[in-house]
Amino acid sequence: MSGRTERGASRHPCQTKLDRKANCYQECPLVTPAPLIEMRGITKSFGAVKANEAVDLSVAPGEILGLLGENGAGKTTLMNVLFGAYAPDAGEILVEGRPVAIHSSADALAAGIGMVHQHFHLAPRLTVLENLLIGIPGKSGRIDRAGGLARLKEIGRQHGLNLDPNLPVSALSVGEQQRLEIVKALFRGARLLILDEPTAVLAPSEVDGLFAALRSMAAQGLGIIFISHKLNEVRALTHRCVVLRLGKVAGRVDRPASTTSAEMAKLMCGHEIVPPTKEASTPGASVLTLDGISTSGHGGTPLRDVSLFVRSGEILGIAGVSGNGQRALADVISGMLRPRAGAMTIAGKAVAQFSPRELQGLGLGRIPEDRMTTGLVTNLPLADSMVLPRIGTEAFSRKGLLNPAAIRAFAEAQIKAYDIRCPGPTVRAGALSGGNLQKALLARELAFDPKVLIVSQPTRGLDIGAARFIHEKFLAMRAKACGIIVIGEDLEELLMLSDRIAVMYEGRIAGTLSSTDATVARLGLMMTGAEGHA
Amino acid sequence: MFRLEARSSTPAWFNLALPLLAIAIALLLCSGLIAVAGAGVVEAYGVMLSASLGDSYAITETLVRAAPMIFTGLAVAIAFRAKFWNIGAEGQLLAGAVASCAVGAIPMPGYLAMLLMALVGAAAGALVALVPATLRVKFKVDDVVSSLLLNSVIYYALMALIEGPWKDTFSGYPISPPIEDSANFPVLIEGTRLHLGVIVALIAAPLCWFLIARTTLGFKIRVTGENPEAARYGGINVQRVLLSTALLSGALAGLAGVGEVGGVHFQVMSDISPGYGYSGIVVAMLARLNPLGVVPAAIFLAAVMTGAEAMSRATGVPAFLSDVIQGTALLAMLVALLFTAYRIRRVGAS
Ligand SMILES: Nc1ncnc2c1ncn2[C@@H]1O[C@H](COP(=O)(O)OP(=O)(O)OP(=O)(O)O)[C@@H](O)[C@H]1O
Ligand SMILES: [Mg+2]
Repeated sequence: MSGRTERGASRHPCQTKLDRKANCYQECPLVTPAPLIEMRGITKSFGAVKANEAVDLSVAPGEILGLLGENGAGKTTLMNVLFGAYAPDAGEILVEGRPVAIHSSADALAAGIGMVHQHFHLAPRLTVLENLLIGIPGKSGRIDRAGGLARLKEIGRQHGLNLDPNLPVSALSVGEQQRLEIVKALFRGARLLILDEPTAVLAPSEVDGLFAALRSMAAQGLGIIFISHKLNEVRALTHRCVVLRLGKVAGRVDRPASTTSAEMAKLMCGHEIVPPTKEASTPGASVLTLDGISTSGHGGTPLRDVSLFVRSGEILGIAGVSGNGQRALADVISGMLRPRAGAMTIAGKAVAQFSPRELQGLGLGRIPEDRMTTGLVTNLPLADSMVLPRIGTEAFSRKGLLNPAAIRAFAEAQIKAYDIRCPGPTVRAGALSGGNLQKALLARELAFDPKVLIVSQPTRGLDIGAARFIHEKFLAMRAKACGIIVIGEDLEELLMLSDRIAVMYEGRIAGTLSSTDATVARLGLMMTGAEGHA
Repeated sequence: MFRLEARSSTPAWFNLALPLLAIAIALLLCSGLIAVAGAGVVEAYGVMLSASLGDSYAITETLVRAAPMIFTGLAVAIAFRAKFWNIGAEGQLLAGAVASCAVGAIPMPGYLAMLLMALVGAAAGALVALVPATLRVKFKVDDVVSSLLLNSVIYYALMALIEGPWKDTFSGYPISPPIEDSANFPVLIEGTRLHLGVIVALIAAPLCWFLIARTTLGFKIRVTGENPEAARYGGINVQRVLLSTALLSGALAGLAGVGEVGGVHFQVMSDISPGYGYSGIVVAMLARLNPLGVVPAAIFLAAVMTGAEAMSRATGVPAFLSDVIQGTALLAMLVALLFTAYRIRRVGAS
């Protein structure tokens, strides 16, 4: 429990009730204060799975605690226990030294614990202010709009969390929705804020804003628990880390800033993670060509005269600030959106219908950005999701009759080949962890040896080990002469994988760099539209 | 203190236990009403049981009543699988009845007439179901509302028919002319009303199960219902699946009407269905949308209906009790379904 307040938290004047404790601690460091919250010996099982086992964890006022671990290590479960969604099988929770019983989120909020879930809990048709005031009775049962507005403004000013109170939530970007969730928690008097993978849904540019807000809140004495798979973020933001592995505390990091990512990765996985080696490859003929593609009538930024190509044995990265047409590009290539103008060929054959089935038939493999909503059917058995795109083919059905044995055999074989951790092909797909879902999607495409593969955000939400596995598969496909398009926001990942990187800006290709010319700085510049390059 | 906690998987025995639990709760709640009506609870339920399942004749009567609800239950179960909210089985049943009655009144060889009645009745039901499905697919009209409202449209159209041009000139009552005698469905057991349509209904259930579980169309229906976006991404034409589901669902509901005309009433009148279309929703929910479960669920409701009439005669408790039992069973089932997703956990106060 050392080195808790070396950054930021000290020297801030006591302004609000919230940081009474923090202030005392800073002024008289010899007195050990009661931690803001403490979890002792938390154990929680789901059937045979021990999601948490005798976990101890504490957060001091003003401290940002990182919570690390592989997919399925039990981070979310632990936080759900703290937030009252699950009752622990054993263990206790103390708030400022006093044991408390937290049986519901209402109890948690009353104890000063707020949580920003990965999937937001907002009412899309209501405005920002109304969402803020849900469940908060004002005087004599009427809603106190004026008071709410004042608090919203104040919180916004203090931490740079500005929001238009009258906009409906459906009009907010994901980043703004997250900001609203944070404001909501603060509004309800949270003294400890839990953020479950908040950066997974943010563009890199938005991450800085979030971090500034979190630091400002910590400086006022708030405790923060921050979950992320991105170790550089953890190192930049947190004061201390707890690493979970298979539900148990595998280690603690007292000075994340001066610990290397490799060391942390080793704590998480129990072994070293070596970066994959990218063999030199000589690309062959073009397997996918887009020629002057333009789109319209789509939610996001439309494509404007986009031309690009991928050759066999080549990985083309598509970089860009999110919302610059990447969604439309992925949708056109994967057959979800018919372009208004332009032509596309796959392995020399012109695409006519732009339907998923036609494109699959031409040898295209597709992995969608949103695994849970676009990729899989969470309520049905995993096997169903694994055969879904090819259910009408000879492999899985004949004359309109399913071949259950073939479906099962296929799913079982892929589960084995890709080491998908699950009880079996009949398990609900939604019960799998993010990394295992991604493996399943990869398996269902790669099993049919695609000539071209289009993937969006392939490792979002995945732990380092799982991300490495996915990268290795891409490189292996590249070696087998598959052409791959990777749309992503993580520049380091793109640089590591790609042979060429195209940058999208406002629906156009702003320029394409070969991997030898591309640097983070140069790509960053092109992403702002500053530098064009052909 | 108790609270609900999300569960990740549902044990298989829940499929059986939940409907039984719902039925038990419904009967328990209704025993209060029986007591209020001044009858003995045990006696009343005893009469219900013996009148509906007590002897072979009672059993055949219950089966005759169950047949239309098997069809409407299947219609609803298949539609709900695709999340096509077909509340219009009642109207589709009536359309099937009218169409098959019109065909059955044309003189022709008996088996041809029966076959044509089934085909035309199913087609009529399918066409009616196509209306809300098309409105939803093309214009995003809410299918619950449109399919429900269509029931009234069809009911009053039927009334207009049998009060007007189609009125039976022979009897002068607002009923349609009867179908040809040769088109009457054969009775399977002498002295009962157990007709061919009941057997067809009993066969339809496993066929529907096969369709849902073992065909690519069934696969597409399941996937479309659970996640239309993933279905579309996977290359399934979601709109076409919804329309196919509607056709299928409407055809099944139409067959319910065919059975009533060909096997029970031999003509169309205003009360040809005492709400079999709506009971189909209860049946489908009790069956947890499993076509195989539809058969016992429909037989249960049929037993309640036949039993309630006898009970009413014997004890003076109004026969409306059967509607109350249906309603509470549906509510209890909807609540019970909560336990497929949640478990109750005791949390200590310590
Ligand atoms: N409601 C549940 N029912 C059954 N098992 C569950 C449930 N929630 C989580 N688990 C299991 O508990 C374990 C821990 O899951 P948890 O979601 O806490 O992991 P995590 O560390 O948050 O992973 P990720 O990084 O992928 O978010 C996993 O094995 C998971 O499958
Ligand atoms: Mg998690």
